[in-house]
Amino acid sequence: MADFNIRTDAVDVEQIMRQIRARIESKRGVDYTEEQIQELASVKLERFLDPKGVRSDLVEQFRRARDRKLDPFQPEQYAFDANLMYGSHRALIRFFRKLLNPILKLFFNPNTLIQVLDKQTKINALYEQQFYLLREKSQQRDEVDVLYYELVHNLVLELTRVGIESRNLKMRLESLSSRMDFDERRARALENVVQYRPGTGPSREPQPVRARPPQEERQHPQPRPAPPPAPEAAEAQPVESEANPSDSATESTTARRRRRRRRGRRGGRGRTPGEGMAADGTPQEVATPDGSPTPPHGDPTADVALGEGADNDFDEGSDDGAGSDRDDSGDEPDPSAQ
Amino acid sequence: MKLAVVVQRYGADINGGAELHARYVAEHLSQHAEVHVLTTCARDYVTWRDDYPPGMEMVNGVPVRRFRVDHPRDPHVFGRWSDRVFNHTHSHLDELRWLDAEGPKSTPLLRHLRSANAAYDYVFFFSYRYYHSYHGTKALPSRAILVPTAERDEAIGLGLSPRIFRGVRAVMYNSPEEKRLIQTVSGNHAVPGVVVGIGSEIPSRPQAERFRQKYGITGRFALYVGRIDQNKGCKELFSFFLNGLPALPKGLQLVLIGKEVLPIPDHPRIRHLGFLGDQDKFDALAAADLLVMPSYYESLSMVALEAWAIGKPVLANGKCEVLRGQCVRSQAGLYYETQAEFTETLRAISESRGLNAAFSENGRRFFHQHYAWPVIEQKYLDVLSQLKEDDARGASVPGMDPEPGWFAKRRKELRPANDVLAELPFGPVLN
Repeated sequence: MADFNIRTDAVDVEQIMRQIRARIESKRGVDYTEEQIQELASVKLERFLDPKGVRSDLVEQFRRARDRKLDPFQPEQYAFDANLMYGSHRALIRFFRKLLNPILKLFFNPNTLIQVLDKQTKINALYEQQFYLLREKSQQRDEVDVLYYELVHNLVLELTRVGIESRNLKMRLESLSSRMDFDERRARALENVVQYRPGTGPSREPQPVRARPPQEERQHPQPRPAPPPAPEAAEAQPVESEANPSDSATESTTARRRRRRRRGRRGGRGRTPGEGMAADGTPQEVATPDGSPTPPHGDPTADVALGEGADNDFDEGSDDGAGSDRDDSGDEPDPSAQ
Repeated sequence: MKLAVVVQRYGADINGGAELHARYVAEHLSQHAEVHVLTTCARDYVTWRDDYPPGMEMVNGVPVRRFRVDHPRDPHVFGRWSDRVFNHTHSHLDELRWLDAEGPKSTPLLRHLRSANAAYDYVFFFSYRYYHSYHGTKALPSRAILVPTAERDEAIGLGLSPRIFRGVRAVMYNSPEEKRLIQTVSGNHAVPGVVVGIGSEIPSRPQAERFRQKYGITGRFALYVGRIDQNKGCKELFSFFLNGLPALPKGLQLVLIGKEVLPIPDHPRIRHLGFLGDQDKFDALAAADLLVMPSYYESLSMVALEAWAIGKPVLANGKCEVLRGQCVRSQAGLYYETQAEFTETLRAISESRGLNAAFSENGRRFFHQHYAWPVIEQKYLDVLSQLKEDDARGASVPGMDPEPGWFAKRRKELRPANDVLAELPFGPVLN
């Protein structure tokens, strides 16, 4: 983790908390409160988001539910006629009822009543049929509704999952895109500044003047655009070559070897192992736009690389408490460059 | 000048927050004035039964006079009255009965206060929520100085509380948050008040290595000191620590010091050392990377102040307004509310040396500016001299509001304390 470079009188706890919260938010998108997390946990979201939990035979069940026959519903119906009104299983009572029927008709007309009740019985039977049909449909509806609910529910969850995945992919795409841009810029920068001298031996190679980046920059690498092509780079090199006399060849060779060893150990930030070497194995000098060969950690592309990772502040070197900055600080300035 | 300190229990072996606060204040003020401590014979804060013998004794050079309690606390009765006044509309008489049930009720102590009215120039009452504070300030309104030690709990929402806060000569607050809470609930802006807090006896050279050797602790660790209790936020602390382990610095342990009330997870990165003495506690603070304070409710965290005095940053629960306010005012600690914040803040403090060093220096400066004993003593002496000047000028003393009449006392018109509490402002005081 990169160290906070803070003066004691400049500490602002609330500002630090805002930075930490912004970092958390950028890492995971939305900053849920504990209450929200509890709420999400209570609905067992993970169970629904599990693809295994989605029923594959849903449509079949839906069909089966539609075709399913309901249990018969048969309310008792009465056929109504004169026999039902005057009849009895006892013969004596039947006899007296028949005997007294004319007297009864003197008071009111029972025939009309019998006809009306008979009609009512038929109407009841009709309604029963209608009720049966409605009940059957209603039961089917209820069962299908449950399936519809589950279907819609699963669709919503799947849609949510797809949305999250889409968002993740979008973020990943943005990340890859920015990396690609960075690589292109870096490649362009390197192409413009690399000098290839097939005939030059190491001892006659001009001693590069190392431009040590300012302390602040190394502690707080900021993203910055790739350096523009350096047309002066080629001219700057011979001038330096003239400026550095060849009588210091031994010292410069030692320093160069030390540098090469260091580069070899590091492999360079974001460099491939073969990078920095010409086809014949001679080392290439990588120069900054102002013409000075770039030191490994003063490489502007390296700065960009640091700036690209939003998590660099907290993630690097977390194992031993000494971040990459400590490694950088271990890069002692080359005596020959002073 | 003759002063009295009235507190619910007192003793060299009592480590409760308000009681320890009272003892420290009494011992330090005794260097400037004649101080007497008036207290009960109780030792146990749950039952309040008489444990100490009544009468006079000397505790660390301070005369202490103990009085018997009328009755020990009946938890069922107290629970019933608590439910009545905290959750239901109730009467003034209900609150008086709650106060009686809470204890420790000591009629002899009150009788002594009334009879010795002129014997003391000023009387410090500790903890507003107890029987002795309400009836004591009512008995001695012109001499009463309150050290409320108030937290955000239901008792602050009772109708009795504002009467006490308005009825004393001065209030010695522990924190700006406590001052705001009390002023909001009681409107006692006219009562002189000063944020004082409490100091601590910090050893000049705590030995980190001694602690490591004695307890076999190697590597870096975050320290928690206090009762290991769910009410202190320890359950959440364990959960956050264990869930955040993959993202935390390798080897960072959580070391716990204090009495175990909550089961502690069995994990190699969590070490529990039990209750330790002061020397070991300060050695542990010196050895730790930081102090963790997961408590939700604090009126003033003494251990956080001690950590700052030793130069250790504090990671506090942001849901506790006092701790959060202390972190912001000291610029010597961070706070968390969620799992992610806990992990990131813990990482930030333990991994960033620059931040750790800045917090360390700020913490030391904060403690010495605000909580060193000479500063605390001076604040007390300033308040006493101001009151003396007011008395010499013959300034009027309003005293406590008069007690309601027979019918008014029984009229059920007071709102549930929880409802009142819910309306009080929350959050740290940053200005």
